[in-house]
This record gives sequence, structure tokens and C-alpha cells, in this order.
Amino acid sequence: MIQNDLPAVFRDFNPLEDKMLQVIDNEGNVVNKKLMPALDDETIIDAYKQMLYERIADEMAVSYQRQGRMYTYTPNIGQEAIHIAAGMNIRKEDWLVPAFREMGTLLAKGGTMKEMFLFYLGNEHGGSFRNVRHVLPIAISIGTQFHHAVGIGYSVKYQKKDEVVFTFIGDGGTSEGDFSEGLNFAGVWQVPVIFTIQNNQYAISVPVKAQTNSVNLAVKSVAFGIPGIKVDGNDFFAMYLAYKTASEYARSGGGAMLIEAFTYRLGAHTTSDDPSKYRKKEEETMWGLTDPLIRLKRYMQSEGVWNIDEEKLIQEYKLQIDAQFVEAENNKSYPVDDVFGHMYTDMPDELKRQKMEYEQFLSWKENRR
Amino acid sequence: MSVMTMVKAINNALDIKLNEDSSIVIYGEDVGVEGGVFRVTEGLQQKYGANRVFDSPLAESAIVGTALGMAVSGLRPIVELQFEGFTFPAFNQILSNVARMQNRSRGKFGVPMVIRFPYGGGVNALEHHSDSPEALFAHIPGLKVVIPSTPHDAKGMMIAAIESSDPIIFMEPKRIYRAIKQEVSEEKFTLPLGKAKVVKEGTDITVVAFGAMIRECQKAIAVAQEAGISVELIDLRSIYPIDRETIRNSVRKTGRMIVVAEAHESFSVGSELIAVANEEAFLYLEAPPRRVMGFDTIVPLAQGEKYYIISPDRIFYEIEKSVKF
Repeated sequence: MIQNDLPAVFRDFNPLEDKMLQVIDNEGNVVNKKLMPALDDETIIDAYKQMLYERIADEMAVSYQRQGRMYTYTPNIGQEAIHIAAGMNIRKEDWLVPAFREMGTLLAKGGTMKEMFLFYLGNEHGGSFRNVRHVLPIAISIGTQFHHAVGIGYSVKYQKKDEVVFTFIGDGGTSEGDFSEGLNFAGVWQVPVIFTIQNNQYAISVPVKAQTNSVNLAVKSVAFGIPGIKVDGNDFFAMYLAYKTASEYARSGGGAMLIEAFTYRLGAHTTSDDPSKYRKKEEETMWGLTDPLIRLKRYMQSEGVWNIDEEKLIQEYKLQIDAQFVEAENNKSYPVDDVFGHMYTDMPDELKRQKMEYEQFLSWKENRR
Repeated sequence: MSVMTMVKAINNALDIKLNEDSSIVIYGEDVGVEGGVFRVTEGLQQKYGANRVFDSPLAESAIVGTALGMAVSGLRPIVELQFEGFTFPAFNQILSNVARMQNRSRGKFGVPMVIRFPYGGGVNALEHHSDSPEALFAHIPGLKVVIPSTPHDAKGMMIAAIESSDPIIFMEPKRIYRAIKQEVSEEKFTLPLGKAKVVKEGTDITVVAFGAMIRECQKAIAVAQEAGISVELIDLRSIYPIDRETIRNSVRKTGRMIVVAEAHESFSVGSELIAVANEEAFLYLEAPPRRVMGFDTIVPLAQGEKYYIISPDRIFYEIEKSVKF
């Protein structure tokens, strides 16, 4: 059962009534003053800068892929408010159990673009985020990460640690059995896990209406006895409020929460995907009007918070990001040991034999030249 | 006749069967509007309607499990799982139900369905998009597992698979989806499932392969030929049931065998073929049969894949080693 001390915002935006939490509109006007999080100007400026950094890095990644300098990449464009709002609420000791479209949160947690690039250049070292505490590798097998997050939640609770688990899934992922099973376990175990559904309207080509007959995705929390809320995912302040509320609830022992971040994938599913096959330009243009960066910028301008020389900042970011890409691109080192060395803590003889025979082949090949 | 890629040839096979048999439905993730991420089902929804070719929610277990329901009640479903790495949520349905229903119901319920998916490496993909899990499926009693290596075979085998009364795992080597073009008849034809094909006759050594590895073997065989080695190449085509007769005849003739495949070598199709060679041709062997296969490791990402993927060089090296044994 959902506890009585449920934060007011989760009561006021009941997903059964298909309500959506929103603080600013597309023009950047405050539509719900009471809910505006108390953030100082510097924090808001920082949020915008982080969102901008993610946007620029993402666009550059797509461009490197298009130039044939990088392999398949999964664009993040349009979903930055979610990623940065989560990133600003996730602490060093909190856990991040990602799907694969949360780049800004990974960066906020301490990951670098160099690592991202290395990963998308086809090197596992890039995806390990070795120096970042409490981050699991990205999950490509859809929905499986929910269970891992719940297990970590159990560990945290069992070890009486002050940690919260942030995990993500897409709208398509909600159809997988693992989604429901994970939420069910989280409800039974009352674990400190914040589940985010990034509802970007498409699972590759399949629209949400072909994915579920539910009125929204947040409503799926109801059956599992977990508080759920649908939030405007392109509204930074709404997302910030949702994460702040959910983390406080989780930290104080309340248990799990489900946040549906209602957003739009402005880019392709991956660089191998061609959205023109399944959606219209007009639809993309319409959603472009809800762009989270434009909205936040408009708010900042009308509130007199805006003091950013954006063009200059973009040039700075581009130089920084390109330098990281070149560094990753120049890393050509992929020794044979990287194939064999991480399979077991103690390499079995059978694997040693395979490696030895392979090295014999390599030296044969070398001598043949 | 018309020039087809494997994608086109499978599409053509599906088209022919949809046209002649109204009990056939096709579904899976992105197969309808988009025509599949590899475009194998392109144009079929437009032609046959959204009640016969459609997008399903993203849930592989449900895709396969509902297909079983359809198959025992008069339909012949063909389902696409998007990549080999995403077949595993459906594994419980496949292993515990699809493969067993006919036996469990003492033949009351047949399961005429095709589960098709792309598999294999060499395409610089992200994790779970480069694996070759044929042995996992071939180990399950009640399934037939087939893999074509050319557009022509893909078409004939797909039509045979759809017409089969048993559940068929149809694995499509994504690396050669569009890499090989071939004249293929536009008419309906079938190829018997369970039969290997001698691609090239030879006398010194038998090379057995399937899927995308056939092309790599052919490159190695050209080098071997220059070195004066006569290689017999067998395209296995059917993983289960395995074609003992073709293997027996070839290995008895050549006395040598290597198996070339992308999958991890331990407990693999290669292991099975060596068992067949031992059982059928032990006294004819002049060198130990060998597996030239992937390591028992996760398939590395793009930068490390060069080590894992079997190259023509490595195939030639093993051919020469066996001949010189």
C-alpha cells in the first residue's frame, strides 16, 4: 500500500486522472508558481549550461558518426531536462542504473565525453566508467536493468546506507516483463529506487499508443502500490521538483517511486535509424516548440537570470568536446588481453589454451608477411 | 529471375506465402510500418494489411508466447525477434513451451511457426548485436534450426520453414544481408530442411561452415588452391537436424575436417560435427578434426572484434596445419 505520508505533489498529480506536473510552459512562463523549486540564479545558470553541454556533445557525436569516425550512436537530443534534473539530484554515493539514453546524468555523475566516445568507438573501457562511483554500464537488453536497480535498493536498505538508486527505462521498455516484475519487487521490498520512464513517444518506429492501452505510463505504478507521477519531461523545473521530492521520499525510508517523464526523441533512435519512415516532419516541428533548452532560456530571460554569452560558450564546449573526441579516437590500443582478460577473475586453462593458439596464429601471420 | 540480396529474397519468400496462405501472420517489433530494422518485411503491411503484418509491443516473451497460441488454433505465425541478443526474454517460451507442445499434447497440437532473427558479428555493432547463439537453440529437442548463406537458399529455406508443421528457428546472417547479390527465381520454390550442400568438391580436406562464414571460407579456399590444397566446402544449412550423410561421405573421402563458425567453440556446433566425424569416419581420419571458431569470450566491441571474427587468413592457417599434420 502507498504510505499516507506521500508528498503532496504525488497526491495532486494523480496519474489515474492523467494529470501532468508542469511548472513552466513552452514560452518559459511560470504556470504553477507554488511548485517552482527554490533554486538560486547560479544553480539555474548551471543547469542551463549542463543542458547545453549535453546538447552540443550529442550533436557532435552524431556528426562524428556521420563522418564515419564513430560507430552507431544513440542520440539524446530533446531529453536533456530529464538528464540534468536527475544529475543535479543524484549524489556521489547514489546509484545510477542507466538504460542507454541518459548521457547528461552520466556526465553529471562524473563520466566524461572521452569515455562516451571511446565506448561508441567500440572499446569496452569507455563504457565501464571506471572512476565514477556507483554507476552500472549501460543496459542494451531492454528493461533488464530494473531488476538490478531493485537488487541494489535491497542492498542499500539491508546495509542501512544513505543511498538512493536512480534507474531509467524507455516507453517501449514498459512492455517487457522485467518492467512489471521489477516494480512489483520494489513495491514488496519498499526499496529506495527512483524509476524513470523516459516516454519519448517512440520505441524505434512504434508509437506509445501501439505499446500500451493505458491512459499514460505513470499509471502503471498504481497496480504495484508505488507512487507514480507524470511529469513534463521538457520542463526542467518540473523534473527537478519530481527528483527532489522522490529522492527525499526514498531517503526518508518511503520506498520506490515511478516518474514518467513525458518528452520527445527529437533525433533518431540510433544513427542507423531513419525516423522519416514512421513519423511526419510536422510532428517533429511541433515537438521542437517544447525544446527544454529554449523553454529554460526563455524563463531565464524573462526573470532576468540570463547572463550567458551562449555563442562563446558553445565555441568553448566544442573545443573541449572535440579535444576529448580526438583523444579517444587516437587511442588505438586494444590488446588481445582485453578480449580474454576480463572474462573470469581466474582464467580457466581452456581459455588460456585458446589464447595461446590464437597467438601462435598471429605470429604465423606476422612471419608470413 | 531477378537479382536479390538475402533481405530481398526473404522478403520475396514472405510475400509469396502471405499471398497464397491467409492463415499466415507476421509480427514483431518494428516489422509493420517500418518494415523491420533491416527492412526484411518492407512493404508487406501495405500489401497485406495491418491485421496480417503488424508491430507488436516490445516484449519478446509475449511475441513468441502469443505465436504459440496462434499456432495451436489455426494460424501460421512468423515472428521476428529484432536481434539474436534480444531472443533471450523469449527463451522460456521457446524452450518450455514452443519446443514441447507437440510432444506434451501427444501430437494433438502442432506448432507451425517460424521464429526468425538476424545474428552474427562483423558489423561493428553495440553489445548483444554480434552473437551466434545457434547451439543454444539446437540443443533444445523439438526445434529445427536453419541458417542460409545465400539469397537463393534463404528464399527456398524460408518457404520450406513456413510450410513445415514444426517450429523453426530461422537465423539470418546479418553480415551478408546485403553483401551478396544473386540471381534468384521469382517463382515459388523450396529447399529441403535438414540437407547440407556441397558448395565445392575437393579431396584433401573438408571444411564445414554456414551463414556468413561460407564466404570467408571461399576466400581461404582460393589461397589454399594456389598452395595446391584441394578443399571440399560444405554449407551445413541445417544446424538441427544435422546432415550426417553429407558429413560422413565427405570426411571419409578427405580424411580431414575443420569446422568454421563464429560462435564460442566450447559446446558448439563444431563440437557436434567433430562427434559426427568420429562416429562416422573414425578410421578414415588422417588428422584430428578441429574447430576454427570464436573464443569462449564475449564478442568484443568493434575495436576488438578483429581478433574474434574468423578471418580467411586464420581459416587458411588451419587448413594448412591440418593438411601438414
